[in-house]
Amino acid sequence: MRIFKCVLFVLIIFSIFGCQGKGGPGEVEVLHWWTSGGEAASLAVLKQLLEAEGHTWKDFAVAGGGGDQAMTVLKSRAVAGNPPAAAQVKGPQIQLWGDEGVLTNLDDVAKAENWDAILPKVVADIMKYKGNYVAVPVNVHRINWMWCNPAVFEKAGATIPTTWEEFETACQKIQAAGLIPVAWGGQPWQEATVFETIVAGVSGTDFYKKTMVQADPAALESDTMVKVLNTLKMIKQYTDPGAPGRDWNLATAMVIKGEAGMQFMGDWAKGEFTAAGKTPDVDYVAAPAPGTAKQFLFNIDSFIMFKVAKKNEAAQKAMARLILQPKFQEVFNINKGSIPVRMGMSEEPFDAPARLAMKDFSESSRSGDLVPSMAHEMAVMPAIRGAIMDAVTNFYNSDMTAEAAAKQLATAVKAAM
Amino acid sequence: MDKSVNENTKSTLLKTGFFNRLETLLPKAVLFPTFAIAAIFIYGFIGWTTWISFTDSRLLPKYELAGFIQYITLFTKEPRWWVAVGNLFIFSILFISICIVIGLLLAIFLDQRIRGESFFRTIYLYPMALSFIVTGAAWRWILNPNLGLERLVQQLGFSEFTFRWLVDSHMAIYTIVIAAVWQSSGFVLALFLAGLRGIDPAIIKAAQVDGASLPRIYWRIIIPSLRPVFLSAVIILMHISIKSFDLVMVLTRGGPGYSTDMPATFMYAFSFNRGRLGFGAASAVIMFLAVMAIIIPYLYSELRGTRNER
Repeated sequence: MRIFKCVLFVLIIFSIFGCQGKGGPGEVEVLHWWTSGGEAASLAVLKQLLEAEGHTWKDFAVAGGGGDQAMTVLKSRAVAGNPPAAAQVKGPQIQLWGDEGVLTNLDDVAKAENWDAILPKVVADIMKYKGNYVAVPVNVHRINWMWCNPAVFEKAGATIPTTWEEFETACQKIQAAGLIPVAWGGQPWQEATVFETIVAGVSGTDFYKKTMVQADPAALESDTMVKVLNTLKMIKQYTDPGAPGRDWNLATAMVIKGEAGMQFMGDWAKGEFTAAGKTPDVDYVAAPAPGTAKQFLFNIDSFIMFKVAKKNEAAQKAMARLILQPKFQEVFNINKGSIPVRMGMSEEPFDAPARLAMKDFSESSRSGDLVPSMAHEMAVMPAIRGAIMDAVTNFYNSDMTAEAAAKQLATAVKAAM
Repeated sequence: MDKSVNENTKSTLLKTGFFNRLETLLPKAVLFPTFAIAAIFIYGFIGWTTWISFTDSRLLPKYELAGFIQYITLFTKEPRWWVAVGNLFIFSILFISICIVIGLLLAIFLDQRIRGESFFRTIYLYPMALSFIVTGAAWRWILNPNLGLERLVQQLGFSEFTFRWLVDSHMAIYTIVIAAVWQSSGFVLALFLAGLRGIDPAIIKAAQVDGASLPRIYWRIIIPSLRPVFLSAVIILMHISIKSFDLVMVLTRGGPGYSTDMPATFMYAFSFNRGRLGFGAASAVIMFLAVMAIIIPYLYSELRGTRNER
């Protein structure tokens, strides 16, 4: 009994002193799914920076399912009224969380750090809910890359294509040389990745915005869309029978090993080439997908910030500020293979594909060709994205005509709205 | 004298009254926690899901009723749902019937008192020791045209051989049947073998004395007397097939396209990946009703049967 009283007394003392920490150093609990080696190491930098300012970092990593598991955990925490300080949520889902009324306002940090000037407007708009910043972007991935093995092209006497007509010629030559032209990963999200790249490459930025961002049903069943779908189906004859269900990194391995000529994939594929000890522009070439040299389809990871207890607000705002500072932007993005979301940073420490991406990022942000990726949950609500992906993958994997598929695409999107 | 006797009986009466009450209360007290847990976590959540299915819930649950809108969308505007339902029918019918045929045949062969019976029995039962995840991963490699069967046969010299069901959107559902049958037929074998061993040998002897041939004995006497085993096999296989989520996820991931989607994978994708909680709940309720449509007649016949026997 005496021991019990002692413990109780100590607990009370601690809780009294604990409460006095208001306004000073606090704690941020961060929910994320960056658990693989490189990603975890990149995020540890943020933790160190925060701890250097006297705050504590409570890691809340939920691995698996490309974030599905983490989202399930986050939903249950939010429903229970106990959300973490920050969570890895991106794209239009930020708006859904905003609708729930649980997000905090970061405008004071944004103003002090001048976020409106260092972020492209189209990116800043995604981070805002009703005009107020509620989220912080971390990095930028470019989607519309084509990863080529120059040795394969040389063997087949083909050149790396810059238009879809050249692409078909190159494919025919590679096929004639007995190799697989396109390394294809037959999973709905990968098919959607190629699909949106073709939308941008074949029909231009305006049509892309109309279909993949605004999800306009009339544009979705237009003749232009039929042309896009036919281009997508054209690629199928240049893939191998083992493609359905293949993971993206196995497809990348086919390009690395010289079994296949090219792969359409975002810039995270670079990590696979680097891990295999390949040098850019020698062993592999990263070129923008045909017809998309000027365009930039982006996928941006971000943290949304929830309303937290008063004593932890300072720590939360410090985290928001540190994420966009040049130091973290540089270290994190070099590790992860992406590029900084903060514009005007030195290109010096980055490799060749990243430098090209950084140049195109700032140029496209001025020309208006900087567009969010549909396949990577940046452009439309998850329900509409799902509807588009269903229609695309069903078309690609069946004998449906492109006209019927375009009609189904428009119907499915209307039903999901 | 009388008085003390009276008091004595009174106190024993009190005591027995207490123990009697305890005796009647104790089982209830012991059963109460499980009953409460089942009531909340099974029936409570069935009710909750049903409620959600009548709302317009998106990312997080909302509780304002919105009528039958989710059900109408599900049945009139979602082609993928009908693919999932069709697949469930194809899969259940083929899976249950093939499992029963193979299981019964193997059981009859093993019942012939062959040598090394326990060896064969172990071999046939082993797949059941694996989870569907392992089965799915193994068959994904076996059926992959670049890695598995097709390549093996081609390397043996039959270069014209193709076997591409896994990557063909019309045939992929049958590969799931193959993998599931491979896994579960050994279990059905065990059920039937137990049933066969339970049949009185005197009946068979009597039939042999009457001059009945062996196939006739099996067809007319043994198989009909296995009726309860058939029933339990069907019920167990049926719930495996309705729950078939893991096997599909590993073997085909619902692909190519969504050609091998099942109601369970459909429900998961829509409620958890796409932020359409109400829509997913509607599909879950339909699945629940489908299970009820099978279970209720079964329970009814079972309960009525026992009452008649009394």
